[in-house]
Amino acid sequence: MKKVFGILGVFVAVFVLTAILEPNFLTAYNLQNTLRWTGLFGIISIGAAFVIITGGIDLSTGSVIALVGVLVPMLLVDVGMPLVLVLLILFGVLLVMGIFHGVLVTKLNLQPFVVTLCGLLVYRGLARWLAGDQTQGFGSAFDGLRQLAIGRIPIAGDFGLPIPFVILIVLAFLSAGFLHNTVWGRYLLALGYNEEAARFSGINTSRMITVAYVIGVMTAGFGGLLFSLDVNSIQPAVHGNFYELYAIAAAVLGGCSLRGGEGSIFGVVIGAAVLRLLYNAINILGIPTQLEFAIIGTVILVGVSTDEIVRRLAARHELKRTRGT
Amino acid sequence: MRVPGETPLLEVRGITKRFPGTLALDSVDLRVGYGEVVAVIGENGAGKSTLMNILAGVLLPDEGTIHLDDHVQHFTSVKQAHAAGIALIHQELSLLPNLTVAANLYLGREPTRAGWINKRTLRTQALRYLERVDLKCDPQTLVAELPIGQRQLVEVARALASNARLLIMDEPTSSLAEEEAEVLFDVIRELQERGVSILYVSHRLREVMSIADRVVVLRDGRITGRLAQESVTRDEMVRCMIGRSVNRIYTRKRNEPGPPVLRAERLATRNKEKQRLSFCLREGEIVGLSGLVGSGRTELLRILFGVDMPKSGRVTVADQPVELKSPHHAIAVGIALVPEDRAKQGLILEMATQPNLSLGALYRHYLGWKLLDRTWESGVTKEMVSQLNIQGVQTGKPTRHLSGGNQQKVVLGKWLTLHPRVLLLDEPTRGIDVGAKQETYKAIDELAARGMAILLVSSESDEIIALSDRVLVMQDHAIVGELDHTELNERALMQLATGTAHEPLIEQENIGEAA
Repeated sequence: MKKVFGILGVFVAVFVLTAILEPNFLTAYNLQNTLRWTGLFGIISIGAAFVIITGGIDLSTGSVIALVGVLVPMLLVDVGMPLVLVLLILFGVLLVMGIFHGVLVTKLNLQPFVVTLCGLLVYRGLARWLAGDQTQGFGSAFDGLRQLAIGRIPIAGDFGLPIPFVILIVLAFLSAGFLHNTVWGRYLLALGYNEEAARFSGINTSRMITVAYVIGVMTAGFGGLLFSLDVNSIQPAVHGNFYELYAIAAAVLGGCSLRGGEGSIFGVVIGAAVLRLLYNAINILGIPTQLEFAIIGTVILVGVSTDEIVRRLAARHELKRTRGT
Repeated sequence: MRVPGETPLLEVRGITKRFPGTLALDSVDLRVGYGEVVAVIGENGAGKSTLMNILAGVLLPDEGTIHLDDHVQHFTSVKQAHAAGIALIHQELSLLPNLTVAANLYLGREPTRAGWINKRTLRTQALRYLERVDLKCDPQTLVAELPIGQRQLVEVARALASNARLLIMDEPTSSLAEEEAEVLFDVIRELQERGVSILYVSHRLREVMSIADRVVVLRDGRITGRLAQESVTRDEMVRCMIGRSVNRIYTRKRNEPGPPVLRAERLATRNKEKQRLSFCLREGEIVGLSGLVGSGRTELLRILFGVDMPKSGRVTVADQPVELKSPHHAIAVGIALVPEDRAKQGLILEMATQPNLSLGALYRHYLGWKLLDRTWESGVTKEMVSQLNIQGVQTGKPTRHLSGGNQQKVVLGKWLTLHPRVLLLDEPTRGIDVGAKQETYKAIDELAARGMAILLVSSESDEIIALSDRVLVMQDHAIVGELDHTELNERALMQLATGTAHEPLIEQENIGEAA
């Protein structure tokens, strides 16, 4: 929990600073946009966090998003399948992909980095091949469905809460409940900290790790659906590029350790919000957008170093205290 | 050559080494002459490894001096000891399997020409040393492709290539087949002829008798016997190894064991026919599993807990055959294990006491939708904390901050929440203080009194003697004997464990059947 306060501090600082430097930041339009993007990226970050909590990593997120972005419009528009059937196929395929990742990691003992790197390559290739590298979209049809991504719930005046953000909040509560209040969540945390001890406690660690990879691919796929509805113009070669890195960055900023075990869903949501906020601040303050990655990288580095330094100081303090008694 | 010289190659005077809570070595003196083979024997934890590590520069002594050729040495690193001519050959081999034999021999000292490794020189020099250890293999072979016995010889060759004059061998035959060990002995004798001295650490008394010029016996960090070759007998060695003042560390109330709960039938951790393990555990009975390090005790427990699969044989619980495919399966039929390594296998150190205590039982205790039953969790935590007297528990405080004894109680408590029928304990009191030990003994005693069948592995013979109703003694992955608590003493245990009594005391078939 201490970790979350740090990132919350960063969030408030960037928010206030940007608002002071550029009053336009606080317009309803700008805030809505940032919230919508926070929602979209937050969803895939939660999936990344589940995999990271087990001590693994999922690099395939961006390519899953591209594959979904190609597959769904093609089935809906070109083939003309009913929506329900398309969703069933979509989540069936995602389930199989997630299980595939999990089985390769747990049964064949392959490294998560390698498995999901191959996923990144394979799914991107499939997406481009299926679409023949042609831009895909829903055209002007499916406006109702697209409200999932572009709609908002009116609150006051011009301001409305973007639907993706609402979905993120609901998903975050469900995920946090799952992680901290169910037997399975407890198992995930336990095996993330110490897989061998978890196995020696009778936990079927292979199955639980596979569950985490399924959650990772499912949220990536669901996020991918929303991303495609949002942009409505999916270029198979670039759609979702590097999104896995945003997701991983948000999870790390939010307090997940790549060594496994640690992590809080609330922190991950804030982490995703900080990334979108930085992006928005760079744009609105007229900072050259080429610097985006450099700035995000710096903020993450400063964030995790501060965290580590604070932890060491705390440990030293603790040591002194216990020695004193 | 076998004359112990006037000035020995190595002389150790008054070496003392303390570790927190124990005196590992207490003013030890030792001499090794040129071309002499000196064996160091002793029980587990007698201080053999500590002594070897000090000589090899791994550890620093608290007191005492090391003299080589009458010059005082202060080794602060392995490198220094190496440079002085002392080479330690570890139990676990330290070769790099992905490199060639030649590359391993000259690791870090490769002959170079203009910065490039001179392959030809490397090869010819490597061949010379391989010849000395009678190893006929191409220096270009990868170490990974050699059988384990030959790797051991490569280790010896490497030590010779670095001009070692004193080789320290720590249990060199523990993973060798008999024929491979014979080859190693031949090499040792040849080296001896060339004036190389050898410190040979082993608890295989038969080997020691055939190879050593002198035997030094360690017990509790002190030298309790110095035997010259002509007076080395098994009985004499055993007499020196044991004989610690036997104070009853715990007195049990014994009760008549009930019917058999767990039965192992011809279970095998290894492939040989004699390595079949048959025994049974009865309700309310504490069975000690004794044997030296590497005798296969931990392997047996891992099989019974479903961590590893047996090579053959079967296990029945309450007369039903059970399939122990994973710890989960073992737990489901009522078998629990308190593992040897608390930090790695017993606890999630980063988690608090409550989630650790409940972790094993969560598969049974939950609410709808697999929600955690926190009322049950906190209830069972309170129960265990008071039953086992676990100290220092605070809500949310990671178990990392508990003392070793309290951590061990948490591991034990984790299984008590499940009321297992069979409890496997692997070194349950390792590294915990005296008070916590007593409490652990009491807890084990009470569990047996309540009808649990307990299999206790311990390297501390007084612990085994105090707690066990009977003891199975293992050697080389086979059960070599069984002792009833009336005939239990340290000498009997040691004789069985070191293979001094050559013929097994009890026929294998009778073990477990005798009621």
